[in-house]
Amino acid sequence: MQVMTDLFARIFGDGLSSLGLLVAGGLTMALIMALVMASCAIVFTWAERKVAGFIQSRYGPMRVGRWHGVLQPVADMVKILGKEDIVPRDADKPLFMLAPFVIFVGSLMAWAAIPFAPGFIAADLDLGLFYIFAVSSAATIGILMAGWASNNKWSLYGAARGAAQAVSYEIPLALACIPVVMITGSLNMNDIVIAQQGGIWRWHFLHDPFLFVAFLLYFVASIAEVNRGPFDLPETESELVAGYHTEYTGMRFAFFFLAEYANLFLVSCVATAVFLGGWQPLFGPVFLPGLVFVIKAVLLVLLQMWLRWTLPRLRVDQLMHVCWKVMVPLALVCVLGAGIWMLATGQAG
Amino acid sequence: MTQTPCLAAVATGLHAGYATVLLFLLFGIFFGNLALGIARLVRPRKPGGEKAVTYECGELPSGSSWVRFNIRFYLVALFFIVFDVEVIFLYPWAVVFKPLSAAAGSLVFVEMAMFLGILAIGLAYIWVKGDLDWVKSLARRSGTEVGGE
Repeated sequence: MQVMTDLFARIFGDGLSSLGLLVAGGLTMALIMALVMASCAIVFTWAERKVAGFIQSRYGPMRVGRWHGVLQPVADMVKILGKEDIVPRDADKPLFMLAPFVIFVGSLMAWAAIPFAPGFIAADLDLGLFYIFAVSSAATIGILMAGWASNNKWSLYGAARGAAQAVSYEIPLALACIPVVMITGSLNMNDIVIAQQGGIWRWHFLHDPFLFVAFLLYFVASIAEVNRGPFDLPETESELVAGYHTEYTGMRFAFFFLAEYANLFLVSCVATAVFLGGWQPLFGPVFLPGLVFVIKAVLLVLLQMWLRWTLPRLRVDQLMHVCWKVMVPLALVCVLGAGIWMLATGQAG
Repeated sequence: MTQTPCLAAVATGLHAGYATVLLFLLFGIFFGNLALGIARLVRPRKPGGEKAVTYECGELPSGSSWVRFNIRFYLVALFFIVFDVEVIFLYPWAVVFKPLSAAAGSLVFVEMAMFLGILAIGLAYIWVKGDLDWVKSLARRSGTEVGGE
């Protein structure tokens, strides 16, 4: 944000008031983040198919574009644009039309607080981390809206499962970040990254054993939170057709798709900023911060893809078991353990 | 350059970040409508016929799907509310943990440990009661019937 307002201030000189600068800068950042989301969908749909193909000993897309089907996402986009927008006769029309917006806008708003580089954060909120959790849980409402409004049994099952899964895994997700907040004493995403300055040993996931467990808990819970394999029960194609977006076509379907891949990158970005040092390099001084940040997040995304195509899907009872009987108690232990560690090592008290 | 003091405070003050959030919200709605608008120019529009029928694997749909949920989903929602409120309570404590510990010693930690302990007892209770099991075992179910709970 600071980068953008400075840029506009330099371009327009005194021609813009401070409010004008704020609006111009904010809208530019929103546009950039929307483009980041769109490029997530474009890059990761292609990468996902290539990863899946590689893991299953086949090629994946090879035809569109000269090299390894790189233009496949573009072809998909053109096809989606040309698809008719069908609203089922029995659907609840206003809700049906609103649901993709809730999911998309909720995802876009969460991007406002991701610190890509020093000064390059759209909204430098003091409540940053908390804000990201709050806004991204709007997706749950969107999922329920989509499933209920479709008036389709598959959609309803998918939505009920998706909501139950998302709210359940939100607990270990949020609990796992509390030790980091205890260390930094701030919810501001910038402060959290700056606290990890000075090489890999200062990154939060290596701070103490409890934080390492907390990082693993966050990672697992975030996969479940974005409804991806092995936790993709809301859209199990073998039993629920496509889950809560069964009835959606064309551009409205594309919003769900866009939000899914954008959220995949979003949770990886949050993990990067909170646990993996954000824009801080492995060692040495800060160097190309934005690139370092994106590389870390993309590596996490690739890890999630690897897991998706390696592990079989959980059953719904196993899903609830893992969350409530393993991850929530473990996360509580992490919070207490991190507190004891800090008191014992003299970092607090 | 004339602006009301209130707007100036928004632009420069504490809440500038939240003004950006509002801009993100507005831009998101605009962007979504733009994408739908572009699609409207390109896509065909031939409403009616069988494609408006709810998809049910090619069969005619039997009845509405606005039916009652399984009670288990409500249970999950209840647990979520309890634990989410607890997480919200933990966050402010975590923010001030370091400075408060410096001032008041380990008392700050012990207080939260007691709170989490009570919460853990609650978790253990619903665990023992079998409410965390997605499929309650028949033995447990008949057991509760015999016990007359």
